[in-house]
Amino acid sequence: MRHLIPEFERLRSRFPAGFESSLVLPCVRRIQEDRGYVSDEDIAELAKYLGVPQIQIEEVLSFYTMFRRKPIGRWHLQFCHNVSCSMNGAERILAHVEKKLGIRPGETTPDGRFTLSVAECLGSCGTAPMMMVNEGYHENLTVAKIDELLAGLK
Amino acid sequence: MPGRQLIMSFPVTATSHTLAEYRARGGYQALEKALKTMRPSDVVKEVTASGLQGRGGAAFSVGRKWQVVVYDDGQPHYLIANADEGEPGTFKDRWILEQNPHALIESMLIASYALNVRNCFVYIRGEFDLPYERLAAAVEEAYAAGYFGERILGTDFSCDIVVYRGAGAYVAGEASGLIASLEGKKSYPRNRPPRLTVKGLYQRPTVVNNVESLSNVAWIIAHGAAAFKEVGTPKSPGTRLFSVSGHVNRPGVYEVELGYPWMKFLEEDCGGIVGGRAIKCVVPGGVSSKVLTGAEIRDLDLSHEALWDVGSTLGSGGMIVIAEGTCMVTLAQILMRFYHHESCGQCTPCRHGTGWMHRIMDRIVAGQGRPEDIERLYYISKFNDGTTICGLGDAAGYAVSGILDKFRDEFEYFIEHKRSRCDGNLECLRSS
Repeated sequence: MRHLIPEFERLRSRFPAGFESSLVLPCVRRIQEDRGYVSDEDIAELAKYLGVPQIQIEEVLSFYTMFRRKPIGRWHLQFCHNVSCSMNGAERILAHVEKKLGIRPGETTPDGRFTLSVAECLGSCGTAPMMMVNEGYHENLTVAKIDELLAGLK
Repeated sequence: MPGRQLIMSFPVTATSHTLAEYRARGGYQALEKALKTMRPSDVVKEVTASGLQGRGGAAFSVGRKWQVVVYDDGQPHYLIANADEGEPGTFKDRWILEQNPHALIESMLIASYALNVRNCFVYIRGEFDLPYERLAAAVEEAYAAGYFGERILGTDFSCDIVVYRGAGAYVAGEASGLIASLEGKKSYPRNRPPRLTVKGLYQRPTVVNNVESLSNVAWIIAHGAAAFKEVGTPKSPGTRLFSVSGHVNRPGVYEVELGYPWMKFLEEDCGGIVGGRAIKCVVPGGVSSKVLTGAEIRDLDLSHEALWDVGSTLGSGGMIVIAEGTCMVTLAQILMRFYHHESCGQCTPCRHGTGWMHRIMDRIVAGQGRPEDIERLYYISKFNDGTTICGLGDAAGYAVSGILDKFRDEFEYFIEHKRSRCDGNLECLRSS
């Protein structure tokens, strides 16, 4: 993470003095964007840089669903399967993707191209069903729309 | 249009969210008015007089929350806009962040002036992409125009803002959980007292308000509390943003003047029910509010008092409309999976209760339900009520007991016949 320190310094300057602990979430997020996951080394270095206990960073990593300790596929597909999405066909669309990719939620395709996940309400209920592809929202999904989208993700 | 509009009062275009257009609509005049003609205590008085209630779920008076903060107690104060929108069915704050971010920012500046806040924060849910980009861009615009920083508009008032991104925890939407998260920790809620307005972020007095609650403040300061009270009903002044989803023909975010007839809203504004079906029930304000049947809502108005009278709440404004023929047992299963997944694990009744209810629901839907399961669900939900630090434990119980109270026969049928009395489907294909 050392090469990110100039960025972290800029981030720190936007917070009031004494808010180092608050930087844990944004720094972890940036490390993950950079490496794809957060390694043991990152945890040790970040703890030292911010002056917070390592256990705090470990807790944050295990508590929040968006953080991960291991690499995943290039394209992370996260399907919402909460109430409104289910009422608009989320299960049917998810079943189609499972069949097409040959994997179940929580798994990655052998070529490392896709990781499939399910998520609880992502705040897209009016444009259900929806999924996230990495950081981006894709809404009002249909089987045809998904087929087209997946073909474009190499 | 369902009544008068205060927040969604302009046509949305590709540029209507920008500072230039916000100012062309009269934006930032309220800030100027507050800073140059009002004392901080006048602002608090005006907001209290408006009767503005919180739009995040509890509908607590915004002014009364603000009054707890002692202006000159010699310590830093903080203001946080809660944009961790995660209650299933709710996506209204997202509209403000995407389409009218400056209404939030101007209101936060006014609130910061009133509460002697030097540093304010927006805690936005981690998954939001466009809402974050729009808000972050609006903050940069506001800095460039001199609305943030030192000596704003040539006055003695200085203020800075940080947009803080969450990382995927429903419980971070609870105000004390949010503060723990903003301190860079796991978002465990904590017991009150002390109230957050006494000891909040880093043990300093902190006001946490929902995005929509705050976004009304600029309008109230610009037009006055009396004008605000003319909108809505005496007990529910103003408007509310409802995010409507489920089996309606035109889902989306609507601003509704409080007191507007519910069925008229669903039929005329939301385009009626998919396939012309009847309404089986409605989740009025996020899944933590109790469901109401089609018959119950027929003559109701959309106001806080009308919903309280029938034992429910407008909650977070996340309205899910459910058509006749939908399996309520499957729906309850999804809800229990959700609460189990999102329980933070701090309090025993919630940690175990949500998991227990989830396993019972899975068992019933798998055709292995037992006759005593219904009473057991009631027992667990009662045991959760009031025994946990935050409301998540209570809400999980209300969600299941609310459905059981009204659709017990469907559960009995499912357990006895090992299949849904409906077709077991939640999906209802759109006619259009």
